[in-house]
Amino acid sequence: MSPAILLLLAVGLGLAGWIAARSRAWAFKREAAAGERLAALPTYHAWYVALWIIIPMTLFIILWATTSPYLINQSVLASDAAAGLPAVDFQREALLREARAVADGSRPGVFNQDAKVLIEPFREAISRNNLIGILGSLIVGFLGGVWSFLRLKPDFTARTRVEKTVMSILLLASLVAILTTLGIVVSLVFETVRFFGMVSPIDFLFGTHWGPDPMANPENPDPTRYGAIPLFWGTIYIGAIIAMIVAIPLGLMSAIYLTQYASPKLRSWLKPALEILAGVPTVVYGYFAALTVAPFVRDIAVSIGISNASSESALAAGLVMGVMIIPFVSSMADDSIAAVPQAMRDGSLAMGATTSETIKRVLVPAALPGIVAGIMLAISRAIGETMIVVMAAGAAANLSANPLEAMTTVTFQIVAMLTGEGSFDHPATLSAFALGFVLFLVTLGLNFVALRVVKRFREAYE
Amino acid sequence: MVTVIHPNLEKTDAKMNAKDVSVYYGDKMAIDNVSIEIPTKYVTAFIGPSGCGKSTFLRTMNRMNDTIPSARVEGEITLDGEDIYKSKMDVVQLRARVGMVFQKPNPFPKSIYDNIAYGPKIHGIAEGKDELDAIVETSLQRAGLWNEVKDRLADSGTALSGGQQQRLCIARAIAVDPEVILMDEPCSALDPIATAKIEELIADLNGSYAIVIVTHSMQQAARVSQRTAFFHLGKMVEYGRTSDIFTNPLEQRTQDYITGRYG
Ligand SMILES: Nc1ncnc2c1ncn2[C@@H]1O[C@H](COP(=O)(O)OP(=O)(O)OP(=O)(O)O)[C@@H](O)[C@H]1O
Ligand SMILES: [Mg+2]
Repeated sequence: MSPAILLLLAVGLGLAGWIAARSRAWAFKREAAAGERLAALPTYHAWYVALWIIIPMTLFIILWATTSPYLINQSVLASDAAAGLPAVDFQREALLREARAVADGSRPGVFNQDAKVLIEPFREAISRNNLIGILGSLIVGFLGGVWSFLRLKPDFTARTRVEKTVMSILLLASLVAILTTLGIVVSLVFETVRFFGMVSPIDFLFGTHWGPDPMANPENPDPTRYGAIPLFWGTIYIGAIIAMIVAIPLGLMSAIYLTQYASPKLRSWLKPALEILAGVPTVVYGYFAALTVAPFVRDIAVSIGISNASSESALAAGLVMGVMIIPFVSSMADDSIAAVPQAMRDGSLAMGATTSETIKRVLVPAALPGIVAGIMLAISRAIGETMIVVMAAGAAANLSANPLEAMTTVTFQIVAMLTGEGSFDHPATLSAFALGFVLFLVTLGLNFVALRVVKRFREAYE
Repeated sequence: MVTVIHPNLEKTDAKMNAKDVSVYYGDKMAIDNVSIEIPTKYVTAFIGPSGCGKSTFLRTMNRMNDTIPSARVEGEITLDGEDIYKSKMDVVQLRARVGMVFQKPNPFPKSIYDNIAYGPKIHGIAEGKDELDAIVETSLQRAGLWNEVKDRLADSGTALSGGQQQRLCIARAIAVDPEVILMDEPCSALDPIATAKIEELIADLNGSYAIVIVTHSMQQAARVSQRTAFFHLGKMVEYGRTSDIFTNPLEQRTQDYITGRYG
């Protein structure tokens, strides 16, 4: 008996309750004296009962579905057949799993003869459990339905109650996203703490050499190989410096052109066209960077006499990332320039300022908080970007200011460490979590500050 | 139909002269064949019901309507005899000579000092900091704001009260030493005390500039102006000395409007 079928049952029962409650409410209406009205429309009565059936049943089904595998195992282990099972944990687990698969029909037969005796107890436990599922959910649904049905009266405020329920469901939906994020953070913190138990945070945050060896003895890792400064530097150099040198001027200028000079018609297709850039998959930018821009950069470097230029460079990755980020900068700048009141612009023009003077001296200063916030969001996007650097920046953890050298970033190393050869509890692998945690904190900080700035800015013009 | 001009209007030097001016927004006519002389050293009031085209006409006088893509002007407007709509006209220069004060105070989100210094800086009027300081001070003094703000010139202009902001905007306009000042309902967002201050200020400025003020208040027009033009449905119905218009209107529609019988 799968939970899906039980849920279907809940919906069916709910529908029955809905219909019953509705006809009951109609009956109230007919009995009511002329001119009297029900406190709520019949549909609200119907929904009230339906929700009282469906929600408790769903909750029960979820509870049942999550606990039943454990309960089944327990009852099988308690049976006589389980007495002869090996004591070693994983052997016992394997046997149980095998017997169970046969019992629920997902495997034709056992491979391990020892599992055979367990099949029958499993069959029994499963069918008993199914019975509990069906009966339990039916009883819960029935009780909910009857209880709510008995509450229906002509003056029953079903409408406000349904409203409250709808609100709680919506609240729950938004909590799911938040709780998931929290869960991610907690797991990140957990692994990070484990990592810092092996390598000290000082070595990690301030060391200048990065080269974890996943094959080394995990018991005493060499802390000098876990210095993340080159990664932080690579990330900042590519994402916050080179990319921004490209994205800030281009993004700002296109925003200014779009808000101040472009005719409405031109604007109406130029702006969406620019925003499409934000929708290009980053892997596409990645191979553009790796296959087109990087060789081009190298050729130029060679032609001006830098013979050892590598084909992977911070410059190539940064340039392409900058282009990718342009829409982020420009759309925020566009919004905040457009939000500066027309009166401000008129005031400046009426003083005899030209359009460009007005932009430079009035509009951009007035829109500056919004523009800065946009840049911060863009930076946080850039430093979290992975594909482009994986494909074009290289893996060498160089601490250098030369943009033609290969560099690596935090995101690249997270990928490299997690997909590397190290076992899961090796410090090399765990370092990925510490890196991810640092990245998370930095982007969270940037976004937080940016959103506050934007909010303050909005208030200034309201 | 042409404008009725009061017969006993004495001849004065015209600073600006509009001849057969019509203004369109797209196909829609907003000003229909208006001719008027704006005298130097006088205050001219434009009155008339809402939507009759007062703001539109005012904006044609310093070409602020250039910022509205659909607006189109026919006829001729001159400043000291020079056609301001001729193709070689330097609009930037024109607007420095014909300043404008808006209905809602619109100080820049900059310091009080920078608000005033804005015009002189972009037009290169001041040479050096001392001269700029002097311009800021005299402009604020003429706008009657100096005593209230002299200790807080670095504060933001937007932190002032509404009435102070409007005087700041007037100070900003006179800082570039214009010849004409156009004011579009400068007091409509202000309380009576602030309004009185602005009216006082206009009286003080009178005699130095040609001032045009759009107003919805008959009393205000009567108090501050020497010339009044009554607009109705895009036409200028009647024009004359303020005292004549208010005591002895020649047109029925003018009479109805100033006695409040007309919306
Ligand atoms: N930007 C514009 N585009 C199109 N039509 C406009 C525009 N501005 C004004 N109009 C129209 O031109 C006419 C005159 O408007 P205008 O603003 O000059 O009136 P007004 O006399 O200043 O009115 P109020 O006293 O309400 O300020 C109105 O019918 C208005 O709808
Ligand atoms: Mg107006």
